[in-house]
Amino acid sequence: MTIRETGYRPGATMPLRVEFIRQLRRRRTLVAYLLVVALPVMVSLAVKFGSSPGPGRRLGSGSADLVGLATAGAANFTVTMFFFASGFLLLVIVALFCGDTVASEASWSSLRYLLAAPIPRRRLLKQKLVVGLSLALGAIAVLPIASFAIGLIAFGNGPLQSPLGTTFTAGEALARISAIGLYIFVSLLFAAGVAFLMSVLTDAPLGAVGAAVVLVIISNILNAIEALGSLREWLPTHFASAWLDLLAPTVGWTDMARGAAYSIVACALCVAFATYLFDRKDVVS
Amino acid sequence: MRRWRAAPGAVLLALPLLALSACSSAPASEQVQVDGGPASATDAAPVTLDATIYVPDMVPAPAVVLAHGFGGSKADLDDRATRLSESGYVVVAYSARGFGMSTGQISMNAPDFEIADASAIVDYLATRDDVTLDGPGDPRVGFAGGSYGGALALMAAGYDPRVDAIAADITWNDLESSLFGQSAPDAPAAAGVFKALWTGNFFGVGVVNRDGTVTACGRFSAQWCTAYTDAAAFGTISAASRELMAASSPSSISSRIAVPTLISAGQSDSLFPIGQANATAEQIMAAHPQAPVKVVWHGGGHDGGIDESERLDDLVTGWFDTHLAGTADMSTAFEVTDTTGTMSVQNSGTAPVVLQADGYPGVDGQRVMEIPLAGGVQRVLAPAGGLPSQVTSVPGLGSTGGLVEFPVPGQSAIFQSAPLTEPMTIIGSSSVTLTVASVDGAQPEETALFASLRIVSPSGRATLPAGLVAPISLRGLDGEPRQVSVTLPAIVTTAGVGDSLRLVVSTTDFAYRLPQQPTLYDIGLAAPGVTVPLVDTEPVSTGVAPIWWIVGAAVIVALIVAVVIRLRPRHDRVAVRPDGDAPLAITGLTKRYGDDYLAVDDLTFTVQPGMVLGLLGPNGAGKTTTMRMAMGLIMPTAGHVAAFGQPVYAGAPVLARIGALVEGPGFLPHLTGRQNLDLFWRAAGRGDADPFLDEVLDIADLGSAVEKKVRTYSQGMRQRLGIAQAMLGKPDLLLLDEPTNGLDPPQIKAMRDVLHRYADSGRTVIISSHLLGEVEQTCTDVVVMHRGRLVGAGRVADLLSGTAGRRLEDVFLEIVGDDLTVGLP
Repeated sequence: MTIRETGYRPGATMPLRVEFIRQLRRRRTLVAYLLVVALPVMVSLAVKFGSSPGPGRRLGSGSADLVGLATAGAANFTVTMFFFASGFLLLVIVALFCGDTVASEASWSSLRYLLAAPIPRRRLLKQKLVVGLSLALGAIAVLPIASFAIGLIAFGNGPLQSPLGTTFTAGEALARISAIGLYIFVSLLFAAGVAFLMSVLTDAPLGAVGAAVVLVIISNILNAIEALGSLREWLPTHFASAWLDLLAPTVGWTDMARGAAYSIVACALCVAFATYLFDRKDVVS
Repeated sequence: MRRWRAAPGAVLLALPLLALSACSSAPASEQVQVDGGPASATDAAPVTLDATIYVPDMVPAPAVVLAHGFGGSKADLDDRATRLSESGYVVVAYSARGFGMSTGQISMNAPDFEIADASAIVDYLATRDDVTLDGPGDPRVGFAGGSYGGALALMAAGYDPRVDAIAADITWNDLESSLFGQSAPDAPAAAGVFKALWTGNFFGVGVVNRDGTVTACGRFSAQWCTAYTDAAAFGTISAASRELMAASSPSSISSRIAVPTLISAGQSDSLFPIGQANATAEQIMAAHPQAPVKVVWHGGGHDGGIDESERLDDLVTGWFDTHLAGTADMSTAFEVTDTTGTMSVQNSGTAPVVLQADGYPGVDGQRVMEIPLAGGVQRVLAPAGGLPSQVTSVPGLGSTGGLVEFPVPGQSAIFQSAPLTEPMTIIGSSSVTLTVASVDGAQPEETALFASLRIVSPSGRATLPAGLVAPISLRGLDGEPRQVSVTLPAIVTTAGVGDSLRLVVSTTDFAYRLPQQPTLYDIGLAAPGVTVPLVDTEPVSTGVAPIWWIVGAAVIVALIVAVVIRLRPRHDRVAVRPDGDAPLAITGLTKRYGDDYLAVDDLTFTVQPGMVLGLLGPNGAGKTTTMRMAMGLIMPTAGHVAAFGQPVYAGAPVLARIGALVEGPGFLPHLTGRQNLDLFWRAAGRGDADPFLDEVLDIADLGSAVEKKVRTYSQGMRQRLGIAQAMLGKPDLLLLDEPTNGLDPPQIKAMRDVLHRYADSGRTVIISSHLLGEVEQTCTDVVVMHRGRLVGAGRVADLLSGTAGRRLEDVFLEIVGDDLTVGLP
């Protein structure tokens, strides 16, 4: 039997479909998606049945902020859920899906068999990253869909209101909410890249996830130190909340463009370094 | 002592900044005393102006004169002057006469005095050899200042043709209309409503003399002292006062300002509201259409507002860079700050955003919209003594915000629109036409009304943008309804869908001098709505346009990708020395960990087809490391591995012909045994090749457990599944590392038969083991390793020949020597 006779083609190794099946059947994937759905459920229950005084059940005190507008309707509830989830929940989920990629195979000892199959190392990284990022994007897409559905049941339909006083048509609201989700995904690419790099460096999947989350938190702490002044603008997480610009009557794209640029570049650097290391790594796990 | 120019908070903020800037290496500065204009109308001796000159590194350079606000001195300007001189200008900061260490009396920017001083400063600059000259005695010079200093800049440009560019912030166009507010432009010329609190505040600053004593007129000149006393005590303006104020107003000479002019106004300014800057800008534009005029409505002002000082400093520097140094090209686009234009990144509150429009729309907007207002004629009382009065803003502190939510009852007529059906951003002055009548034919000597436009949210909360009201002064009412057109304060505010506009006309305001006689008025609308100005704007992209960030990122990512592609390991550099097409040929193979540990040391052997080769050696002999190198998992330090004549490296295609089990099996615990093998095969990229799945599952002998999740398996079950995985697709070479781990004797026997059959079909099997008996029974050939080196090789039959009953163990001990038999059973 020659190599030709084995039917082996490097480009046919680890099809995305196979990797999706391998990941989707994991309990971890299910739990992550359930958490995303649980957030709007819990918040809506808290608002509906919690003991907030005064007329009308609301989340916050004012009508001039995002949280206060959460109960204005399904669309506003959705945006508020983004506000709640983008800081930590989605970060952890993105870090999980990307930090778990290579490290979990190493921890199962299955990595060496995939590499000896042989799946070319770069192809393995690429397919795993594509699937990891897709699952992360999926979670970010599930959040608004679930939030809107739950918001519809709990608070009814209503036009999307911005805390800045603007009200959007349904079409405009859909476009803005989609853009918010997309920007949050892009802004989390930094965390995804770090998690992916750590995943290549370590055999402990949760270590990779934890390292990425800790790095983002450190970046956020640095960002909160006023004394650092404009240096902070160069932190990859400085513009993480720039999606709030999408709620202004006229969208200012500058901050989002900068945030996206930093995040994408930081992610590319991490992935490049991960590739460089993995190319040369002695797989002994 | 409160400065007139800035809100108190800004002063507190400025102090630590000044302290900080003192620490850094400042450019060279020198203190000079310059002779100014005459001390007074009767005393021609010049005043002494106390100035500081900041010299940049590169000279000669254009000069910039910085003028301070009322009540301040040149010390306030140190920080800005330092930064401006770092931008390459000779900067002069001087204390105006009557302030700081300069002598003389305050004349409110009178042409003969303060403006003469400014010309004297220009004269002085012409004598310095570090200042660029446009001609003999004519330095290239710009003037910049805010409030009192802003008016000086405008006036200096009007009076002194040598001034080349100016920047004036939050200052007056016409002093009389600033201090005596009149928002009914059609009313007969008469004094407006006196801004008593503001005027008192700034006059109070000047009554303390330089030596600390207090006198009635303090540092003010006698004429100004009289003018103030008349206004404050009686609410009147004499003809002389009116002349005095006109002479000190840029409006008197704005038609002579032909130089590039940057005019900025604060939205939060009840002293010199936007209307003042608007008048100046429009006068200059009308007189000199070719002169570059840029108008900025920022979020600050005398009432505080938001701090945009950093941006304003950048604007001023950019303006001088464009029009003095010629090193920049700043547009004259109108810039306006929407103070609640976007959401804050820090929290979910609002944050300012700067908008811009091509061409200056003025306060009347590019277009207008009529919003109908509801509300009939309403009766209101102007109370005796003007008390109680509504509080909209406190001079120097700004809008009272939520402090006073509603006007005092009975003093206000209210007209409200229906909830808006589309959002709008009002940029400029709205206008309404009222009917005002005194009740029962009363003939009040004077009438003061205050009109304001509020935004009412659906929840009923009313906000008064910037706390601004439009004062209206009427005289001669006699019971007949009079139509009054009112220009409301210029504001920048956004009203959303569901918000309503509310026009409030009140009879009192805390900040003004009010009529003392109680009077009743009937107030209604002459026209049914309010006309609001609208401007098409777009956000100013400060610095780089958004698209360039994305383009930049794309370029960097492309570079990173290119570098990564270049850094791809080059396996074609591996010297290919096909030792025939033996299933495995290992040549000089060495693996060194760290500096001194040799896991495998110069190993060479070749495996022929049909062999079942035993790789023998004690623990740590390098067997597993050798197998990993044969799988491309570990890169050799030296030597190379070839399989079937092809080099082996990470991801080498020839690995498709090798099946392996090394150091225990590896499966996804959440999948069944069958799913694991199925997905592994599909991941292996073999197209339609037959995996012989059922055959290998028979070998694994898992029974029904094959449909159970691997996490439920025993060690032996996993081991058998691992061997089955290695055999998927019947590879030509099978590498098995300690395959009998976890198997019981019958299973070991069965496995032995499987391997023999496998090799009989012409395929090759290599097993590593430290179990000599196992190897003896299974293998046709052995390679013995010790401490990473090959210490013996040969056919099992040959090794065992000679003495009958000789065991492999004896041979092994002979070869290895008895120095180390640890690990042998």
